[in-house]
Amino acid sequence: MSLRTGWRKIVNVVMLSLTGVCALFTVSALFFILGYLVYYGGKSLNWAFFVNLPAPVGEAGGGMANAIVGSGKLLLLASLLGVPIGFLGGVYLAEFGGRTFCFIVRYITDLLNGAPSIVMGIFAYTIIVIPMRHFSAFAGGMALGVMMIPIAVRTTEESLRAVPLVLREGALALGASKWKTVATVVVPAAIRGIVTGIMLTLARVAGETAPLLFTAFSNRFWSQGWNQPIASLPVMIYTYGLSAYDDWHRQAWAAGLVLLALVLAANIGARFVVSRGISFRRV
Amino acid sequence: MVMKTSEESRPTERAAGIATPWPADIKMRAAGLDFYYGGKQALHTINLQVPTGRITALIGPSGCGKTTFLRILNRMYETVPHARPKGEVLLDGEDIFSLDVVGLRRRVGMVFQKPNPFPKSIFDNIAYGLRINGIRGKGTLADAVEKSLRRAALWEEVKDQLHKSAYAISGGQQQRLCIARALAVEPEVLLLDEPCSALDPIATAKIEELLFNLKDICTMVIVTHNMQQAARAADYTGFFLMGRLIEFNKTAVIFKTPARKETEDYITGRFG
Repeated sequence: MSLRTGWRKIVNVVMLSLTGVCALFTVSALFFILGYLVYYGGKSLNWAFFVNLPAPVGEAGGGMANAIVGSGKLLLLASLLGVPIGFLGGVYLAEFGGRTFCFIVRYITDLLNGAPSIVMGIFAYTIIVIPMRHFSAFAGGMALGVMMIPIAVRTTEESLRAVPLVLREGALALGASKWKTVATVVVPAAIRGIVTGIMLTLARVAGETAPLLFTAFSNRFWSQGWNQPIASLPVMIYTYGLSAYDDWHRQAWAAGLVLLALVLAANIGARFVVSRGISFRRV
Repeated sequence: MVMKTSEESRPTERAAGIATPWPADIKMRAAGLDFYYGGKQALHTINLQVPTGRITALIGPSGCGKTTFLRILNRMYETVPHARPKGEVLLDGEDIFSLDVVGLRRRVGMVFQKPNPFPKSIFDNIAYGLRINGIRGKGTLADAVEKSLRRAALWEEVKDQLHKSAYAISGGQQQRLCIARALAVEPEVLLLDEPCSALDPIATAKIEELLFNLKDICTMVIVTHNMQQAARAADYTGFFLMGRLIEFNKTAVIFKTPARKETEDYITGRFG
């Protein structure tokens, strides 16, 4: 065996081990977090957590029913804003747009995607909270909704671009208009990717804390309406996690677990619904 | 037969504005047709007549412009930016470039190189063209689907699995499904762009037989790389070379006694 071949083999083994170790690290970090969450969160999770309001300071027990519902409401508001705009914007970029305009839109979308979430919070604070003079679910929903747009746009665009050209041509050749082709053939063919992308954005904003701190604020009671402050799981985790009480720390862990479980459930549910359609990938 | 209704209105009435009546035995005619992709000229003064109720094959080496020509006939070239034709193409005496493109494509259907069923059920694939034309009735759709599948010689094989995915059937069946889908809207002309290039010889034979039986209901133009296929299936054959139509005649003439040396060289396999 020459020196050269030996060296090559060594490099090969080293690189292979390096990539393997990194892959292992990725997975183990994830499992470590999950395990920690399940261990500590699971211990503190009980029925009261889901149905009770937070207990007054100093009193043990209580739950986060208002924060669970609050997170749901905030995500609903965010989706109402982010999903239609993101989806239709993505359709435009993939199917209709001209080159220069699309380039600009894509570029700005990527910039928006990189914008720190706290900046989104300040933005919503400035244009909604200050004029209204109080925190509200609307402001929180808007901050999260704007954050959903960039990923929704890009994943929709990419899913649509992956649909083979011949499917579009097949529909056009039957006398379908461009819009009909997109609506009845291209979007259904790409629906799995689109829904997955939207679920990803939803999962991402579900855990956002910073933009909610000064938009939705928080609330230790049931929210009095859409334009009133509202509790949410991430903000509760933040508040409880930083508190001085052991009981609150345990509840913060439980809240983390519930948040994760809800996101996971929504994800699996959405995938299940779309998997019953026929995908072009199954060729 | 449904074709009857359109039979009555064509071809002479439609061509009434033209001084000489449009001949019934010609379905489409290209006259002095040039075609450009941006600045690059892909077709040079093509003059070709597609005979009614016959199969016309277009042969020639890759890049000779035969597919480009085919895609002009239903204006599919419009999906390519900066592509533009110059010259005249008539369908029953009407200029196709001034027709509504949606209407044109309903009259001139197309089958592609690779089977391209939609990611839907077999039934929904066939019904697609009818639905986008506003036909909704369940019974009407079911009848039309059965008729189209029978015409495409696929009915017996799929009648029990109409609601299964169109990807669950074989490639040859998928291509016949695509033919059935095109036939469902009752086109007057069917364009086929190398429809058998992705299929095995048995599936190919089935499609050729099917095309033969479709001559009663529509005019066909088929692009093929397979010269035996042209010789077997086509009534007329046109030979393209470097963007020019070198020769066009009855298939027997093209294959037995071609007038031009280029045609003979290509057919005997001396190039291309």
